Amino acid sequence: MKPPPFDYVAAATLDEALEALADTSLEARPLAGGQSLVPMLNFRLAAPERLVDLNGIEELSRVEETEDGGLRLGAMIRHSALERDPRIAHRSPLLAEAAPFIAHPQIRSRGTVGGSVAHADPAAELPAVLLTLGARVRLTRRSRDGESGSRVERTLDLGDFFLGPFFSALEPDELLTAIEVPPSASGEGTAFDEVARRRGDYALAGVAARVRLDSRGVCDAAAISLVNGGSTPCLMREAAQALVGEEPTPEAIEAAAAACAETSEPAADMHATEAYRRHLIRVLTSRVLSHAADRART
Amino acid sequence: MSRAGGTWVGARVPRNEDARLLTGRAQFVEDVEPPGALHVAFVRSDLPAGRLRRLDVDSARAHPGVHAAFTAADLGPLLRPGAVLVPPPPLEGLVFHARTALPLVRDRIRHQGEALAMIVAESRYVAEDAAQLVEADIEPLDPVVDLGHALDDDAPRIHDDLPSNLAAHVRQTKGDYAAARARADLVLERRFSYDRGIGGAIENRAVVAEWDARADRLQVWDTTQAPIPVRNVVAAALGLSESQVRFVAPFVGGGFGPKIMFYAEEILIPWASIQLGRPVKWVEDRYENFFATTQERGQLHEAEIAVTREGRILGVRDIFIHDSGAYDPYGLTIPINTQCTLLGPYRVPNYESEFRVAFTNKPIVTPVRGAGRQHGVFVMERLLDLAARGLGLDPVEIRRRNVIGSDEFPYNHEIMYQDFAPLRYDSGSYEASLEEAVRLVGHETFARERERVQADGRVVGVGVVNYVEGTGIGPYEGARITVEPGGTVRLATGVGTQGQGHFTSFAQIVADAIGVKPSDVRVVTGDTSDFHWGTGTFASRGAVVAGNAIHAAALSVREKILKHAAEALEVDPDDLELADGGARVRGAPDLSVDLGALALAANPLRGAVEPGTEPGLEATSYFGPPYGTTANGTHALVVAVDPETAMVEILRYIVVHDCGTVINPTIVEGQIHGGVAAGIGNAFYEELVFDEFGGTSNASFMDYLLPTSTDVPPIETTHLETPSTLNPLGTKGVGEGGAIPVAAAFAQAVEDALADIAPGLEILDIPCSPGRLFELLRKLREASTQAGETA
Repeated sequence: MKPPPFDYVAAATLDEALEALADTSLEARPLAGGQSLVPMLNFRLAAPERLVDLNGIEELSRVEETEDGGLRLGAMIRHSALERDPRIAHRSPLLAEAAPFIAHPQIRSRGTVGGSVAHADPAAELPAVLLTLGARVRLTRRSRDGESGSRVERTLDLGDFFLGPFFSALEPDELLTAIEVPPSASGEGTAFDEVARRRGDYALAGVAARVRLDSRGVCDAAAISLVNGGSTPCLMREAAQALVGEEPTPEAIEAAAAACAETSEPAADMHATEAYRRHLIRVLTSRVLSHAADRART
Repeated sequence: MSRAGGTWVGARVPRNEDARLLTGRAQFVEDVEPPGALHVAFVRSDLPAGRLRRLDVDSARAHPGVHAAFTAADLGPLLRPGAVLVPPPPLEGLVFHARTALPLVRDRIRHQGEALAMIVAESRYVAEDAAQLVEADIEPLDPVVDLGHALDDDAPRIHDDLPSNLAAHVRQTKGDYAAARARADLVLERRFSYDRGIGGAIENRAVVAEWDARADRLQVWDTTQAPIPVRNVVAAALGLSESQVRFVAPFVGGGFGPKIMFYAEEILIPWASIQLGRPVKWVEDRYENFFATTQERGQLHEAEIAVTREGRILGVRDIFIHDSGAYDPYGLTIPINTQCTLLGPYRVPNYESEFRVAFTNKPIVTPVRGAGRQHGVFVMERLLDLAARGLGLDPVEIRRRNVIGSDEFPYNHEIMYQDFAPLRYDSGSYEASLEEAVRLVGHETFARERERVQADGRVVGVGVVNYVEGTGIGPYEGARITVEPGGTVRLATGVGTQGQGHFTSFAQIVADAIGVKPSDVRVVTGDTSDFHWGTGTFASRGAVVAGNAIHAAALSVREKILKHAAEALEVDPDDLELADGGARVRGAPDLSVDLGALALAANPLRGAVEPGTEPGLEATSYFGPPYGTTANGTHALVVAVDPETAMVEILRYIVVHDCGTVINPTIVEGQIHGGVAAGIGNAFYEELVFDEFGGTSNASFMDYLLPTSTDVPPIETTHLETPSTLNPLGTKGVGEGGAIPVAAAFAQAVEDALADIAPGLEILDIPCSPGRLFELLRKLREASTQAGETA
């Protein structure tokens, strides 16, 4: 369990990192927290020729409170910051609520939000939570020949970013540099829950939900997304839509939860059959929607 | 109840070894890095069954930094099957086919992870790079994966020279089960499956060897639990005198059984050091550990119990298949343990037990903490639970009516145990431990008073089960105790240490005998240059067998001290007491002499040592018990089950146990806590998953689920002390007891919790993962729906 040889670049600035990634004739991988990549290297499941270490880049580690009331999270923010930073908990309580479910404290101290999103693992908590929040990702690369300026940036809805299991819209020379989280609306409640074999394991299933109630207590917006509910991190639009226009009564919630389980596409593995996962998705969706609705009411 | 205790035996003495362990100064094999050491990586088969047609290591040999790439063709006389470590017991009609592996595969691959080639290079990194260059042309063969079909007539043959995959067949009986069954009021038959798993030591195996050509000596550091037998095997294999080979098992990060085994790497690494004239180091990685280190796995039981209307056991019949993996180097220890331990603390007048051991294309099975005992306990305790349910009895009540009474010892079960002696219980406290556990968990009032459904929607249940643990078997261990002129006491014994606290509990025994503090005793374990007779640390025998050898040696040294002190002080030895590191006259403490001065006087530079005496204050003693001593206990637990998610949480865990004389309660509790954690893993989390091609699907700690600190509840421990009658200290082993009954207790508690929601639920398969529990509940619901429709 030793990695194959690789070339190592410790980037001190974003430009240095983009430079090191720009030569696409070489298979390069950015090294963020390394909590997924390093085990893959040690198992020799990945053998990049070059690792570009982002840990020295200060400008990627900032938490910014945006003027619209949202958050801009640098890609190198650690999961532990989601747990502990009061600015994050205040503006986006769902992130703070879900963060303790991400692996173990040691992993949360090293693992990064950008790394987790870029890894596009359908079993990870953060992609599901960010999808529920309607987050966007900022992707940056060095200008290619003939392009003006030194950098090129684009911003994508997270829903357009995830293309398949461990597969995203990220180009080989692009770096995920920031995550933009929109402000939470008034009358909105969020919740997260999961069932894992052991504390810190990948969840058998997990659910993140956001429910907004109007002044009459009727749901006028909802979002649900699943951990391990399909081959990619994805929003359960149909299920969420089932709740919109309804008061979140136990019956309405149960209907949405059933729709969520119905339209989910969980895979079977050694830890859970497809039927068990689907059952857990229904149970968890119901619990999480009730919770979110309760919070929206207060 | 009396015990052999004194000032120190029985006391919560802080551990002598902890300062070194907790500050990172303890030496483990991984820490040994002789200058110029080369590093080894093995090329292992990904396939579980195949024929090796061609193996090309030329590219690996040519890779920069590689010193050697060895295959079976290079091994010469070393290429012969390994030893059978434990022969089969002398039972009438017993069938046993011994088959052991070659150090490197020559032609036939019988399990995933068998080693094909050994790469020796400048670093482990380079060795692994080169290992990827080895080309192996393997013809895949149909693997035998499913234990239930391993003995079928048309199953692929794993060892071509055998008529089937049957490795062994053993039948033991007592009384007349058929007659007992005929007069029973209730007979219950069930099929059980019980899976165990890996040892899961934090430190994997490691071997470092350094051949010193000038001194003509070989030194080996090894993570073994049995340094002396391994030294002897390696010396013989390499054609060296035992005196030329020193094995050191330093601190070892957990044993749990698999490190008792003798492994090919223990010969190959020293051999490579001799071949290359360089120190050679191999540290097993976690992935290799899942194939290259032995493990325990499944048994399939078809069992029945015959009882009277009052719940008295008339007889038990159990037919089972045991999975041995590809070879059977450790004989029949595990299934014999299962067969014997099933009887537990109960009177079973008629018993019919028969097992078959099957070869499969899976890694080798040898004892892991519990070593088959938990399989037997699970079957028996479940049969009792189901019988109680069938008779409308409380599960505790049926146990009360069948446990062996305190006036019935020694109790003879009339079958043969793993040490080839009759299965006899020397002493025990079966009624007392059951009643104490029942009292502590509040079982009598539990059903009435508890809130069955908690505020969060979970339901709670309780489980109470018994077990016995056969411990402290022979053949023998030894110890040498020396008082040095500086007053330090040195204790050397042959058993290896893997975290059991030997440096403290052994020191406590010595301290009481010769009047010193445990911290004054320097304990050396597992170094063949310090002590070279003994077998090893296994079968919960350290405190029993080594402990009593130490006790005997300490008493001999005590006699020598008293003799020399009596001469020095010109008093009668009977007037002396040993305390505070010296001898003094009772009632006149000013008349004293310290141990260091006596040690000096006992080893004079002038003057003759009298004929018939020996120099120094030193003694060596050995202890071998006539047969194993039997520990016992009762576990009780309370669980909360979420009926919607099938997740189970253990709210309380109570252990009442009896390991005879307790040397150090803290250390004993540590053994219990670790054992219970292993048992919880076994009951709920751990399972080796094999795909249809025989490959292990979960060879990492990401998917093989060991319980972690957040999954193991606080454990409430009560010690009962019924001394063993088979040794002077009165000790019994405790290393495995914590692990043995957990799954049985867990199953009973989960059924109890779900009694209202899912009446008729029967947990017959372990591990009872949430997925499996979900399936059971789903099937029950379907069955009751169908029943409702037809009604």
